[in-house]
Amino acid sequence: MTDREIIDLIDRSIAGEFEIDPEKMTPEKTLFQDLELDSLDIVDLVIVLEKAFRFKIREEEAIRNIRTLGDIHSFVVRKKNELEKPA
Amino acid sequence: MHRVAITGIGIVSCLGNSVEEVGNALRRGASGIVFDPERERLGFRSPLTGRIRDFDPRRFVSRKQCKTMPDFAVQAYAATTDAIRMAGLSPEEIQSEGTGLVFGCDSSCVAAIEQVALLSEFKETKMIGSGHVFRSMTSCITMNLNALLKTRGACWTISSACSSGGHAIGQAADLIALGRQERVLCGGAQEINWQSMCSFDALSAFSVHLRNPAEASRPFDALRDGLVPSGGAAALVLERYDKARERGADVLGEIRGYAFSSDGNHISVPGEEGLRSAMRKAIDSADLVPGDIDYICAHATSTPAGDAVESRSISAVFGPRTPWVSSLKSMTGHELWMSGASQVVYSTIMARNGFIAPNINFSEPDEDSARLNIAASTVRRAPEHVLCNSAGFGGTNACLVLSYER
Repeated sequence: MTDREIIDLIDRSIAGEFEIDPEKMTPEKTLFQDLELDSLDIVDLVIVLEKAFRFKIREEEAIRNIRTLGDIHSFVVRKKNELEKPA
Repeated sequence: MHRVAITGIGIVSCLGNSVEEVGNALRRGASGIVFDPERERLGFRSPLTGRIRDFDPRRFVSRKQCKTMPDFAVQAYAATTDAIRMAGLSPEEIQSEGTGLVFGCDSSCVAAIEQVALLSEFKETKMIGSGHVFRSMTSCITMNLNALLKTRGACWTISSACSSGGHAIGQAADLIALGRQERVLCGGAQEINWQSMCSFDALSAFSVHLRNPAEASRPFDALRDGLVPSGGAAALVLERYDKARERGADVLGEIRGYAFSSDGNHISVPGEEGLRSAMRKAIDSADLVPGDIDYICAHATSTPAGDAVESRSISAVFGPRTPWVSSLKSMTGHELWMSGASQVVYSTIMARNGFIAPNINFSEPDEDSARLNIAASTVRRAPEHVLCNSAGFGGTNACLVLSYER
């Protein structure tokens, strides 16, 4: 999966789950203020990402620092690349 | 004490999803009962049920809101918004400390099953998601309606089995009568799925009159053999009478009296004394005498024992000349937690449209029901003073007296 494909899948999955206009899905958007998600949505956001990318998200430090859609893109791309790295 | 006006009603039931549809069905004496092949396949003794047709929750709430709302809570929201529209109340009036929410509900079964299934499948609670904790609570209706409508007064749910809806209306009216709320959005809702009904089916209390589902629910009839489970949501706007008049609202009727009692006896077999006492006290509290009541919207669910007890109780209170009596459960089936509230909505529809709906499938009385003046077909006259009975497991009774201007 290319980074572009990863980002597209993230945007599609989040827009679908939370009924967000796809036009609004730009990296600088903050999750709480701009995309109007709340703490309950974050519970479901983790499930959406885990199902889309078939990995588990623990309560890692990286996810606690996520503020924007761009932060999610970077987090998932990094995680995906780590998992796909040959041992 | 303040007088309490009914200024709005809304309904989603197996007779229709609007006041107009339900009014037409009530006047015709239509049945909302069907045969559910899935229940037969699953091993139900009775596969009969009420069925709500063409209700799409997504017409009323977003995907996010659906996560915290089981279908009956969305139906309660749809009925409540219809009632608010009819009452002509503004968002400012609704979003105030003077507006409360009181609903009757006694289960939310599917959400509890789903959350356990998700945990078993994924082996971690995180995968249950954000909505189930809210969906699975008995108070899911009032908590969701409070968040959606932004009311800021009373917000709670009453659970008293099949009299939940009756007590919800009565206690909502009390809050207004005591001056603690100016208006209350109230009602009852009932889930209609097989999951919530399987243990009730196990009691052999449901009708097995399978040949013609529309004829299965036959309250007061000598050939009755059990109830048919049903559900949906009924909602009312109750207001302080003087305030409603002041703002020029169309007053549909009044909650004139309310009383309760409990049998203090058997968990499932109703006693006569409790219901009789609640009926008498409700009529007293309305400053009326039994002879003033011209219609009894009966609780009768079509069970042999329950209907007999109600027949004898009515005879004891009203003597040999009873008012018109009909149990609308002959058409709707038993709407359980919702039924005490839907009886008030149905009675208000009848009063507005000038008829008393029939107790269908009443072809032969038994010894007790022979003493009642049962409306076996539609009566072409509006009721003026109505007594609504409801009773629940554990012997909890709620009686309401409604008055309508002719």
